Amino acid sequence: MSIEIKDINKKFGDFVALEDISLNIPTGQLTALLGPSGGGKSTLLRIIAGLESTDEGTVHIEGVEATHLPPQKRNVGFVFQHYAAFKHMSVAKNVAYGLEIRKRSKADTKKRVAELLELVHLSQFAHRLPSQLSGGQRQRMALARALAVEPTVLLLDEPFGALDAKVRKELRDWLRRLHDEVHVTTVFVTHDQEEALEVADEIVVINNGRIEQIGSPDELYDAPANDFVMSFLGPVTTLEGLLMRPHDIDVSTAGEVAGTTPGEVVRMLRVGFEVRLTVRPTTGRGAGSSPGQEGDVTVVLTRSHARELGIDVGSTVWLSANRGATSVARRAIAAV
Amino acid sequence: MSLTTSTAPGRVTRARRSARSGSLSVTSGLGLGVAMLWFSLLVLIPLAMVVASAGSTGLGGFVAVITESQTLAAVQLTVLQSLMVTAVNVVMGTMIAWVLVRDRFQGKRILDVVIDIPFALPTIVAGLVLLSLYGPNSPLGLNVANTRYAVFLALAFVTLPFVVRTVQPVLEELEADVEEASASLGATRLTTFRRIILPSLVPSIAAGAALSFARGISEYGSLVLLSGNLPNHTEVAAVRVFTFIENGDTASAAAVATLMLIVALAVIVALDIIQRRVARRG
Repeated sequence: MSIEIKDINKKFGDFVALEDISLNIPTGQLTALLGPSGGGKSTLLRIIAGLESTDEGTVHIEGVEATHLPPQKRNVGFVFQHYAAFKHMSVAKNVAYGLEIRKRSKADTKKRVAELLELVHLSQFAHRLPSQLSGGQRQRMALARALAVEPTVLLLDEPFGALDAKVRKELRDWLRRLHDEVHVTTVFVTHDQEEALEVADEIVVINNGRIEQIGSPDELYDAPANDFVMSFLGPVTTLEGLLMRPHDIDVSTAGEVAGTTPGEVVRMLRVGFEVRLTVRPTTGRGAGSSPGQEGDVTVVLTRSHARELGIDVGSTVWLSANRGATSVARRAIAAV
Repeated sequence: MSLTTSTAPGRVTRARRSARSGSLSVTSGLGLGVAMLWFSLLVLIPLAMVVASAGSTGLGGFVAVITESQTLAAVQLTVLQSLMVTAVNVVMGTMIAWVLVRDRFQGKRILDVVIDIPFALPTIVAGLVLLSLYGPNSPLGLNVANTRYAVFLALAFVTLPFVVRTVQPVLEELEADVEEASASLGATRLTTFRRIILPSLVPSIAAGAALSFARGISEYGSLVLLSGNLPNHTEVAAVRVFTFIENGDTASAAAVATLMLIVALAVIVALDIIQRRVARRG
């Protein structure tokens, strides 16, 4: 285990940021800390880096007790959301900074900087200043800077949070490929479930200072531990008191069959290849409620399927859970 | 960092320059005209007049005035003390700004307001304040009246806020994550200060230093009470100029004024060069 976190508690005044957090992060993997803003995931990352202290609990990095080590001595690479570029230094100087601090020879430093700039595809920008780079390029520079010192762990705090959607996607793929090349133990914080599902080997879902679930992206998606995890990983809807994904609901127009819920289509929205239906059940819990109310069920179909069924606003349909559907009992007061 | 962008690769610089040399629009032409007129009336023409009247006795006359021993002593004292005070201000001012921005303590808000008092006080009142504490009747038993320490003290008093007030906003704007990045790369706090924080502060420190020096060489009011204006000992350039004018010798007064003008320009240019060097080195 590369990072072992035990019984960590952290408060900011009266606000409980982290409560009894214990977590083992395996060596060489890409782990995502996923959760809503203010849930404590960034605090946990900063505690691993030594940028924040703990009230209770211990942190071990590669077997070394690091709880009270200052950030300088932890040998972790940290990448910030807003790049934290050294503005008065060129790109090459930024990357060389950690090596110069470690008093590496000039030739060594130069060689390593060239390698890293090659790795992050910034070789031709070595002599530019950070202000002359785009956001994505700045973040790649920050990554090279963090990797320069050969850290035992690489920590990324919402690394793509300040970038636009397209660059985010590119950098996400690129980070995955980079990790497959470099194999450094990496932990990154994100509030974007798609990012976590796409990039991470393992996901730790954190909410309100507690760990909700730990698992691989598939485990989390297929077997969410509770309704919070389920709803955080994508859109959900409620059918017969169960939390379900809108695309896991079967729609039929064939008529009443045991175990199905009849309803009326009250809204139909087409987005590209998919059709989103809002169905108001005519019996059971949701019957008779006003538009946009609790009982309404959201269903997603493909365009061709919807056309095949001949559904339109006002048609009566029968809903049932798909056989392979993932569902979770809805808590009395849902977290979302 | 508008300064540093000028070091960009050739193409960027050239593109900018050609854009600037294009013709001005009517409004910006008018703006430039008004600005230049105002600046000329207030600054350029009076300055030119002083220089012209300094030259009215010819170069020989000018040199004779400024090399006269009492004048030379006064100019030397003024420049030397101003430089010393500026050096002290650079260190102390940066430190005070640091304390005001980074530390939390009781009475911080009050201190923040009080910093401006030396600047806001009428200078003669500042002189009076200093005289009461460091004069012949000093409750501390420190009597610096009629010595060169008095000159230093008075200058330090009136120039205190300059570096503080120029550094403070820049320090407030510095991002904490840059320092954290430096720390996680293994830099000690001192290294982080020297290589990351200081280069960002240098332009503002230099600006504060220039203001502080300029105020120092021009100071008159706060000095006259405490320093005693002893010729060749505690007489400063401004007092010397005033004496010349009182005696009706405008040409000599203008000559000293011109010399001070040259000194001020030289120091401001030198500060700018130092600032650019340090900011770029990192």
